[in-house]
Amino acid sequence: MHYNTGYHREAVPLVRRFVEMFRDAEAVCVPSASCVAMMREHYEMMAEADGDLKFIAEVKSLLPRVFEFSELLVNCLGVEDVGAAFAHSVTYHPSCHSLRMLHVGDAPVKLLRSVRDLTLFELPQKEQCCGFGGTFAVKNPDVSLAMLTEKDACVVQTGAEVVTALDNSCLMQIYGGLHRSGSQVRTMHLAEILAETGGAA
Amino acid sequence: MTAREEILASIRNALEVQASDPAGSHARIAQGYNRIGKLNHEARLEFFIDRLVDYDTEIIQVTAEAELPGAIAEALQHAGEDRALIAAAFPAAWLPASVSFKVDNNLPTSEIEGVPAVVTTCEAAVAATGTIILVHEGAQARRVLTLLPDHHICLVRRDQVFELLPETLIAIAAKAAKPITTISGPSATSDIEMTRIRGVHGPRRLTVILYG
Amino acid sequence: MSIVVGKTSKAPDFPVAAKAALKNDQLRRNVHHATNVIRNKRALRVEEMPDWEQLRSAGSEIKAHTLAHLDHYLIEFERNCELAGGKVHWARDADEANKIAIELIRHYGGDGPGVEVIKVKTMTSDEVQMNHALEAAGIKPIETDLADMIVQLGNDEPSHIVVPALHKNRFEIRDIFRDKMEKPELTEQPEDLTAAARGYLRERFLRTKIGISGANFAIADTGSVCVVESEGNGRMCVTLPDVLITLVGIEKVIPSFADLEIFLQTLPRSATGERMNPYNSLWTGVTPGDGPQAFHVILLDNGRTKLLQDEIERETLQCIRCGACLNACPVYRETGGHAYGSIYSGPIGAILSPQLQSLEHSRSLPYASTLCGACYEVCPVKINIPEVLIHLRGEVVREDQKTLSGKLSAENIAMQAAANIFLSHRRYEAAQRMARIGQTIFKRDGQLTNLPGMAGAWTRSRDLRPIPKQSFRDWWKSREKKDGANA
Ligand code: SF4
Repeated sequence: MHYNTGYHREAVPLVRRFVEMFRDAEAVCVPSASCVAMMREHYEMMAEADGDLKFIAEVKSLLPRVFEFSELLVNCLGVEDVGAAFAHSVTYHPSCHSLRMLHVGDAPVKLLRSVRDLTLFELPQKEQCCGFGGTFAVKNPDVSLAMLTEKDACVVQTGAEVVTALDNSCLMQIYGGLHRSGSQVRTMHLAEILAETGGAA
Repeated sequence: MTAREEILASIRNALEVQASDPAGSHARIAQGYNRIGKLNHEARLEFFIDRLVDYDTEIIQVTAEAELPGAIAEALQHAGEDRALIAAAFPAAWLPASVSFKVDNNLPTSEIEGVPAVVTTCEAAVAATGTIILVHEGAQARRVLTLLPDHHICLVRRDQVFELLPETLIAIAAKAAKPITTISGPSATSDIEMTRIRGVHGPRRLTVILYG
Repeated sequence: MSIVVGKTSKAPDFPVAAKAALKNDQLRRNVHHATNVIRNKRALRVEEMPDWEQLRSAGSEIKAHTLAHLDHYLIEFERNCELAGGKVHWARDADEANKIAIELIRHYGGDGPGVEVIKVKTMTSDEVQMNHALEAAGIKPIETDLADMIVQLGNDEPSHIVVPALHKNRFEIRDIFRDKMEKPELTEQPEDLTAAARGYLRERFLRTKIGISGANFAIADTGSVCVVESEGNGRMCVTLPDVLITLVGIEKVIPSFADLEIFLQTLPRSATGERMNPYNSLWTGVTPGDGPQAFHVILLDNGRTKLLQDEIERETLQCIRCGACLNACPVYRETGGHAYGSIYSGPIGAILSPQLQSLEHSRSLPYASTLCGACYEVCPVKINIPEVLIHLRGEVVREDQKTLSGKLSAENIAMQAAANIFLSHRRYEAAQRMARIGQTIFKRDGQLTNLPGMAGAWTRSRDLRPIPKQSFRDWWKSREKKDGANA
């Protein structure tokens, strides 16, 4: 949030903090594609701008162990079926960061396909941004809303009961619009769906 | 300081590393894309024709040079035209007798405007994009001749057709400093609601005569 | 020196201008339709290229290489162009470029009133507001590109760098033509409108002695200039007049004729979704007996050299103005081009305008993006636009923080506070607890619907799900405790 909004100096201590907390981790699983994208695209650059060699080295050694949630499951662990069951129709919004920066590809779809009783509906114009964009939604609320309105119309059009994604920020945006317009479609993070075992959601 | 000196100075100030060997580092840029085509002669021509059709170009196919007068006459007739412009260097043997040709001996614009058609040769053609390339010399005519008439009839020898753009540009590189026009279909615009409309200011009709 | 980029100085901030644009349903429908069509065509034409990514990389590298040796290639272009009978002028800024053009027109066209010049679409001339300068000097510029004509006759501003009138539909265009061409019987059929433009311009092409063009490429090793177009108006403008003046931004130079093999593949497919645009014109200096017998090039800086210093900013100068990033941009699609307050709109406008000029309003442009990356994905020269946007945001913030009002701004305070909170989990958890308590007064039916301050912009039109009673951390801790108890 800080870095993307232009608060570059303020962001560095946050990176340091992250490195301190996770440097000994075997793998860091992050349930947000935009966070992983931020780390991969900018952490090294931020550390280099800071100039502390030890810090740079730590960032470099930690980054290859940071994974987005679906990436970790499908691409690293080779797991597609996590044994979940979810008797609802779902549509998947490939968030911009998961799609264009992390290139998670069809990993999330593979995971969803393996969920028992789940019906997957294709989202029209799925690659279009939902309009969140961090502080964009606050600085450009009207444009953000216009984008959201299009996205939500596509979601509703699928007839799915649930819309899912790899980013809570997008889901928060999508939920905000759906709920305000009185739609019954629910938002769930992919991880939440995979945690379902068949009881009422 | 002149504007020239000032602009060059601010460029040099901005670029810390001074240009050492531009030619060398330019040559080292990877050309990982396709530069030379892989299709054989027949497939290449088929590809070319397919792309010409896609761009609303009319096509007449002949084999021998002796058939060219007939083909030219047909192209004009089909468009209902009985007059055409040619460059002075255009081979007289290819001209049909039934049509009156106006030869360009530095004709003023006023005498070019109003003639319905022009017949030229070309320098090369690109199959992948359905493009013909004119290097404006000899029978390829001056630029204005190929621009004002509403119908451009262009003779393309089959061995002038390349598959891809890079190999075509390599072939014509020696003439790079001549006036060059590349033509892909008739003039067109999509400025109104993205609807493609054929024929704005350039020739509204383009006929390619394939020969040789 | 004053850097001018279109009429930007009068423009309001992006969010304000965007809000107005969003209310114009017709405009939004037009923009949606046009961008959808070009996007789909582009996708089709890119898909059929097996070597697209390699072409993009090579194009990007050639451009980066040229910029790194810009002085060298400009001098080489100048030498070769002049050897072939052209004359090269250099202009530091918009005023200087316009002054040179006006002097040339006076020299060749006389200083009587009503001298006409025909122009083929050039964004660079819009950038320096050349038409206004010419008109002020009593010279009449005639735009000849269909879209530019629509814009000029309608006293409008271009809203797209490739299709400047895409915000107008056929009915709106018919009305402009009916009015300005005095053709009350004109229908709205695109064929009729196009024919009207042809008739209107034909005679003007034939009688006008001076032409003005831009250039898509200036080729150093031959001194040639290349203009890419569709309608044939470009061919008219560079062929028929006695005198040709070509305005070129210094970043348009490429090292060699051979480099066209990349850009003439990537530009048309990216710009209009065609395998090749109908016409490319290339010429070198003056050709005796063929085309204009006097040829002048104006090389324009207008803020460009400033961008060379920083490697991230420099990337901006790789742009070949294909417009693909505009068509791909979800923000542009909603607002159209005028909201950007500059002739350069969309993602490229959001990075180019604020860098060329340091005007107040353009500070809002780096924020006119969700950083979704769609622009970067389609850019044929691989400009990492989101990266440049973030970089520029950094500059805006750094500058703001230098002033007292910037330091005291709600955003700055919130960002500093958030940074502090994120730094300690004790503070983070405390803040979460506070928020959980605080939010109760804004809850309606279990939703946050009307938050104060910056978040208010959000909740005016969307609901926010309240922070859950139990956070993941709390849940994990309680699980550990339970596990501990079980063990
Ligand atoms: S930034 Fe890239 S995509 Fe946008 S106009 Fe320039 S070249 Fe085209």
